[in-house]
Amino acid sequence: MYGHLSPRSLAVSFDETHTRDDLQQLVCAFRGPERPCSSQELEAIAAKLPPSGFTCLEPSLAHAFERKTPYLTHPVFHEYRTEHKMVRYIHQLAAKDLSLVHSMIPLGSCTMKLNATSEMMPVSWPEFALPHPFTPPEQMRGYHRLFADLEKALADITGFAAVSLQPNSGAQGEYAGLLTFLAYHKARGQQQRKVCIVPTSAHGTNPASAKMAGMHIIPVGTDAKGNIDIAELRARAEQNREHLAAAMITYPSTHGVFEEGIKEICEIIHANGGLVYIDGANLNAQMGLTSPAEIGGDACHLNLHKTLTIPHGGGGPGVGAIAVTEALAPFLPSHPVQPVASAHSDSAIGPVAAAPYGSASILPIVWMFVHMMGSDGLREASEQAILNANYMAARLSPAYSILYRGTQGRCAHEFILDLRPFKTSAGITESDVAKRLQDYGFHSPTMSWPVAGTLMIEPTESESIDELDRFCDAMLMIREEIRQIEQGRWDPQRNPLKNAPHTAEVVMSDTWDRPYPREVAAYPANWLYTRGKFWPRTSRIDDVYGDRNLVCSCPPVPEMMAATTGGAPSKSGSEEDRARTAVASS
Amino acid sequence: MSKSHEWVKLENGTGTIGITTHAATQLGDIVGSQLEKGSTFGAVESVKAASDVYSPVSGEVVEVNAVLSEDPAQVNKDPHGAGWMIKVRVDNPDELHDLMDARAYEQHVQSEDH
Repeated sequence: MYGHLSPRSLAVSFDETHTRDDLQQLVCAFRGPERPCSSQELEAIAAKLPPSGFTCLEPSLAHAFERKTPYLTHPVFHEYRTEHKMVRYIHQLAAKDLSLVHSMIPLGSCTMKLNATSEMMPVSWPEFALPHPFTPPEQMRGYHRLFADLEKALADITGFAAVSLQPNSGAQGEYAGLLTFLAYHKARGQQQRKVCIVPTSAHGTNPASAKMAGMHIIPVGTDAKGNIDIAELRARAEQNREHLAAAMITYPSTHGVFEEGIKEICEIIHANGGLVYIDGANLNAQMGLTSPAEIGGDACHLNLHKTLTIPHGGGGPGVGAIAVTEALAPFLPSHPVQPVASAHSDSAIGPVAAAPYGSASILPIVWMFVHMMGSDGLREASEQAILNANYMAARLSPAYSILYRGTQGRCAHEFILDLRPFKTSAGITESDVAKRLQDYGFHSPTMSWPVAGTLMIEPTESESIDELDRFCDAMLMIREEIRQIEQGRWDPQRNPLKNAPHTAEVVMSDTWDRPYPREVAAYPANWLYTRGKFWPRTSRIDDVYGDRNLVCSCPPVPEMMAATTGGAPSKSGSEEDRARTAVASS
Repeated sequence: MSKSHEWVKLENGTGTIGITTHAATQLGDIVGSQLEKGSTFGAVESVKAASDVYSPVSGEVVEVNAVLSEDPAQVNKDPHGAGWMIKVRVDNPDELHDLMDARAYEQHVQSEDH
């Protein structure tokens, strides 16, 4: 790829797939056919290029930027050098993990829906996978059409006027949205507006983003039904009438309820000079039914890696595109190296991510999803997601109490099971139930969020009724197991819940002294015989000890430094690190 | 006590702030804490969750409980004593009227649990 550095100079970058032939073609392209590049000249240019790493035709610069520290020094990077070894190693790692290939992952607030293969395929096409983020736009016409299409589609879904694809996560979207708010206030001569109201039930990223944006956070509590305390919100907004910049609201609420006061909340904020940021985490309950603009918001982000099917996991990349009203559109972020096509050059805020279009290479997934679904399909997806959640809530409610519901007794696309009563009745915590689900072949729902001592379930639209039923069956069977403890038939400590999960080693061991059969431990449900058993890889660990004693399982730092500098690590350091490594491997 | 489960004790214009016994029990074993100035003045991390902690009164933070960064379990052991988090020079003592006494807080906790 190349880019213009100035009117008279051009930057060219090669990766390791390029050869001398490419170099020759490039030189020829500039010289024209009448002055071909001789092989000596080519050799002279090639000789200036270091064999690997950073390459630059100007040797003094090459030296300045050349990497001098070692890299990929961990043994794992050197142990798998044949395809057989590599494939087996990767499968070995995958086999340790219970994933969507085994069963539904009902993680509340995470929207673990299907990432369809057809959506994923274009990501591997070289036309999408290879371009550098700063490739000149005229060489990336297809990409730019995709950006424009997506900006329009996301504006339609949210009901807003303009979209920025730049933020790399929901949190970065929040940050970008709040900076946009501040720029808007400033442009109107109201730079004193710095107060941001955040409900205490908000995602933790909300106050963090507001603080990053330099705002002053004022918390507002919730009422007994889990809804935002509107009287308190009104009082706080009015007290800060002169300084109110924003409020950050999640809809449906983080408690999984379509809050009926949402329009009133937005009106109160607007009446006091503030703007409303809608956290888009729960967009999967809204598509085609309502929208952040419809309820009165001024901006929102969309977690494209939740509702719009970019896969989670592996630490990303995610995309937290933001959508805003007409009035805020002039302030959406641009980029100094390569301006964003739809941004307003004179008023845009600076970039919030390194690349003008963020994680552009995964946007084809979203494009595919939106176009294959169509607007009717997106609405049906949200309807099905809400129906699935309410179906599960209805099946589970005779056995478990559902923490919050709307006034009609329904939840949105997710719901919270309150497990706190079992702590008193049987000494069983949400953690015991979560671990026991592994014995049944399921990943736990979200634990202790947004309320400690609970499980939050979000099925999404992607799961069939059979899978929903199988998960409900597992939860109902676990409820009966809890009853065994409540009624004194099972020991309060030595029972399958407290000892869950059960590994193959534990169950196969020649010594088994627990007061319940091995079959109850590892094969509590019939489907485990027919579908096959996923064996958890470790028994219960001591969470508190683990969290208080963080250990890095990489080689200790002094050892790596010794490898770099050739010096011996200090004695005290090495002993301490050996002790740490011992903990890590035990 | 505040609705978001912090307590404040006022002595000679300085308010000592921590989280309530109820909050500490709900969070489970506290494994870390990070305290600094600001309206959300810090965070507590338990095995279950990381939670923001809000200051129930405005003012300047004059001291943070340094012991907690080494021994966060103090918050579980003695939330209203050794587990205190920050001391604040209170700007406006009237703000304390917005908070709840022990009895009103007890009712608030019960209404939340319902």
